[in-house]
Formats: sequence, structure tokens, C-alpha cells
Amino acid sequence: MSDLRIAVPRGALFGHTLDLLDRIGLDTREVRDNDRKLLFEDSGIVTMRPSDVPTYVEAGAADLGITGKDVLMEQSEREVYELVDLGYGRCRMVLAGVAGEDLAQEALRRLGVVRIATKYPRIAARHFLETGRQAEIVEVKGSVELAPLTGLVEAIVDLTATGTTLRENGLVIREEIAVCTARLIANPVAHKLRAATIDGLLERINAV
Amino acid sequence: MMVDRIPSGTRDVLPDEMGELRAMTDRIRGVFDAAGFGEVYTPALEYEQTFARANISGARPAYRVFDEHGTVLVLRPDMTVPVARLVATRYAQAEPPLRFCYVAHAYRGVRPQRGQSRELLQAGVELIGVPGAAGTAEVLGILCATLDAAGLQNYRVGLGDAALYPSLLEAFGVTAASRELILTELAAGDFVGVDREVHSLGLADADAELLLRLARTRGGPDVLEGESEALRAALGGMREVHERVSPEVAQRIIYDLGLVRSLGYYTGAVFQVYDPAYGVPLGNGGRYDELLGTFGRSLPAVGFALNVERLHIALTGEERRRTGVRNR
Repeated sequence: MSDLRIAVPRGALFGHTLDLLDRIGLDTREVRDNDRKLLFEDSGIVTMRPSDVPTYVEAGAADLGITGKDVLMEQSEREVYELVDLGYGRCRMVLAGVAGEDLAQEALRRLGVVRIATKYPRIAARHFLETGRQAEIVEVKGSVELAPLTGLVEAIVDLTATGTTLRENGLVIREEIAVCTARLIANPVAHKLRAATIDGLLERINAV
Repeated sequence: MMVDRIPSGTRDVLPDEMGELRAMTDRIRGVFDAAGFGEVYTPALEYEQTFARANISGARPAYRVFDEHGTVLVLRPDMTVPVARLVATRYAQAEPPLRFCYVAHAYRGVRPQRGQSRELLQAGVELIGVPGAAGTAEVLGILCATLDAAGLQNYRVGLGDAALYPSLLEAFGVTAASRELILTELAAGDFVGVDREVHSLGLADADAELLLRLARTRGGPDVLEGESEALRAALGGMREVHERVSPEVAQRIIYDLGLVRSLGYYTGAVFQVYDPAYGVPLGNGGRYDELLGTFGRSLPAVGFALNVERLHIALTGEERRRTGVRNR
């Protein structure tokens, strides 16, 4: 195959991504057999958290990368090229709150500002700015569903695939902000200097 | 212990690095001088008015101060606008062509935590009064000589035409608002966004397909052929540049039909410099035939600016690769 280096996200997109790489002719067996190793020189694959993929690709430490649109939206200032919507890993970025009375509406009406917990502070801030409402964004690192249940906030902005976790915690979706799928991104310099190799790979991706 | 800090995005340069940077800028000045470009220096502080006049969408002034009369001064975000001002005021009657070069600092705003520079050293030239492909080809020749002198071996120069994509969109009857949206997506490298917007226009299939394909077309001179009469005509400017540059320069060029302006004042040819040893462009340039007119001396012009620190990083990276260090 080529000597392109590809940043592959561990986590929810990992399996689909390796399947895709298999179909376009990369050998991913070593990656599948190895949970802890990060750099696979033979196949050119490096594995990392999805949110680190744009960092490596922007700096040129990886030529290509695969990550979710949610990550790209949150890190919108990254100078990377977004080449293809890969279609898999489909999730929704939503605004959700505790079922029953809409506490977020109530807060906006009576207090003028709503408190929002999220792992995506910039997406959340932009959504409220664009819809003309004031929000106080509370950044949390995990278990966002806990925040409205304990009264920390009135609503959350989070990514959901099936809605199961939200439902199990008694939360309901109030608004859909965006639909997010996996994207293939490229370093802008590599995209020019390795045009033929990258375009060849794109053709194989589009063919499968 | 209390440590006195310096602003993020600025740095001190110590003798080892300074020696290397100095040697590099000396070699670069040698190239500029041999090509007949006179070095100028303009004030780091200019009136805000000067930059407001130029249509700059890429580099806006980021630092403003008041002088003793309450007038707003800015730290220059690039050297092209000050040189345009200088030409219109100090060389108002001079017979073109005029050739100027500079090695000077420019000042940019930074996004936090991104390792961007507030103060960057630029080396560049401005060629004023030589229109079209002749001027562009001369400057491309100097650009490559400069990169050679800097010591880079593997650099490439992307060459595009800032007018190509907008005029194509216009020819297909795309509204101004949609054109702006598509060009913004294209400049940001969001090809998924370009696809979405182009498909939403309701164009004929062949036209939409052409727009999407051109956005991604980059490579050798064969990309300048164009399969239709109209496209061939639209690529005439780039083809003429290709015919005028030397073979050594031509083999460095990546003809890039999707390369659009990053600074608002570019009107024709645009270039961007790449090196495989570094993940970000080392510099850029292009034609700005309208800019001098806004200062009262309407002359076509073309130039480039290289980021000296990035040249140095790329040079170090190339050396490391040659000596066989694996990481990149």
C-alpha cells in the first residue's frame, strides 16, 4: 500500500474504520490483535482518541485521519481538509432535558439564561448564540446525564446514537443540533504533495 | 520564584538559533539583491486607515494603539499593504516596473493554545508594474531561487488562479451569496461542504460535476489542458505562466485548480509553498492588481512572503530526514 500515515480513532468508530481500511486493501490484523500498541509502521496506522485526530493531522504527524463530525465541529479552527463523509458512526448532537416540564424554557423565560452541561462547549455555545438565547455553558468531562438530574444545569448538549442512555436517565430530546457521521480528513500540505496517492485512496473508498 | 514572562506567541531568540536564522536571511537577501529587488523597511506602526483601505479578509490588524492625538495606529499584519502604500506615496511618479523586497516582522492575532506566532519574520518581494504571466513567472522564479538559497531541497509551490473558481460559478449563474459560501468552504478545505452546497444549487449534472472535480484537481501541467473550450480558455492564464517559467521552476509547481484566495486582495495567480518535512505552508503570494489603485496609483503587482521561522523548521526537518531519523 502507500506510505501514508493514517490516524484511526479508538472508541465507537474503531470497528467500522478498520473494516473500511480492510476493504480498501490495508492490512489491519495487527491493529485488531493489539489493544495497547499505538503505532503500526507496516500499515501506516496510528491509533488515538477521536478528539486527538485533528491535532495529529493538522500538524502533519499523520497525513490522513478519521474522526467524527462532532469532533470537527468542536475543533472548527483546526486547519485540516475534510475530504469525505464516510457515512458510518451516525449520531445526533442534541439538546436534552429531564422529562416533564421543560426547565430550560422556564429558566430562559424567568431568568433570561439557561445553564447547559456539555462535553462540547463550543458547539453548545454556538447553537445558543445562533438561536438567539443566552446560555451559561458548564463543561464536564463525563456522564453529562448526571448534571440535570442533580440540578447542576437545566439541560445538556450531548451526542446520542440510539437515545438509550438519555432514556435510562429520564431525559428527553428537546432539539436536534446536528447529525454527525465519520469524516475522512487530510493534512492540507499532504493533500497537495501526495495528491495521486490520496486521490487513489479516495477512489477506493468511494468504490466500496 | 517569580518569573517574568513574555506574551504567548512571542519568543526570545538565543545565539545558536539567531546565527542560523541570520545565515538564512543573508542568503535570501543575496537572491533578492541579485534579482534587482531593493530592500525597504516600513514602520511597524501604521494608521488603521491604511489597512482598512485594502480589502483584507485573511490578515486583519490585531493590535491597536492610540497615538497622542487619539488616532488609531495598528501593528502591520503583513508587508504587502505597507509596500503598496509606499509605492503610491514615495514613488508616485516613478516609471514602472518597480522591484522591492523586505525582511521584516508582521504581527498577527493568535487563537489561544495553538502555538501560533503573534510576531512573525517575513521575507518577500513585490514586483510592481509587470502585468499578467510575465510578472507572475518572474516572481515564481525568484521564489524558487529563494527557497533553494534557504537550503530546502524538497519544496513545492502550489499555483492557482484566484479568479478561476469564482468566474466559473458566475458563468453557471450561481448567486453572489452562494458563490461566497462555496468559496469560503473551498478556502477552508471543507470538500464535504462544497459537495453539499454545489448539489443544492440545482445545476446541470455536468456543470456540478465539473465544479466538484476542479475543486480537487491538482497536479502536473496536464491539468491545465481542460476538456472543454470554455474551461481551456479559463485556464489560459495559468497555462501562460507555465509556458514562461524555466523547466526547473515548472517541475516545482503543483497546478492547483481548487486553490483560492486566502487574502481578499488577490486577483489572479495565487501561490502557496509546501515542504514534505513540515505540515503547514511555508509562505504564500499572488497577484494583487487592484490593491495599488486603492492607494491612488493603479498598477498591477505580484509578490510573495515567506515565513522565515517556518523555513528554518522545514530545513531542520529535511536535514533530519536525510540523516535517517524516522519521525517526521
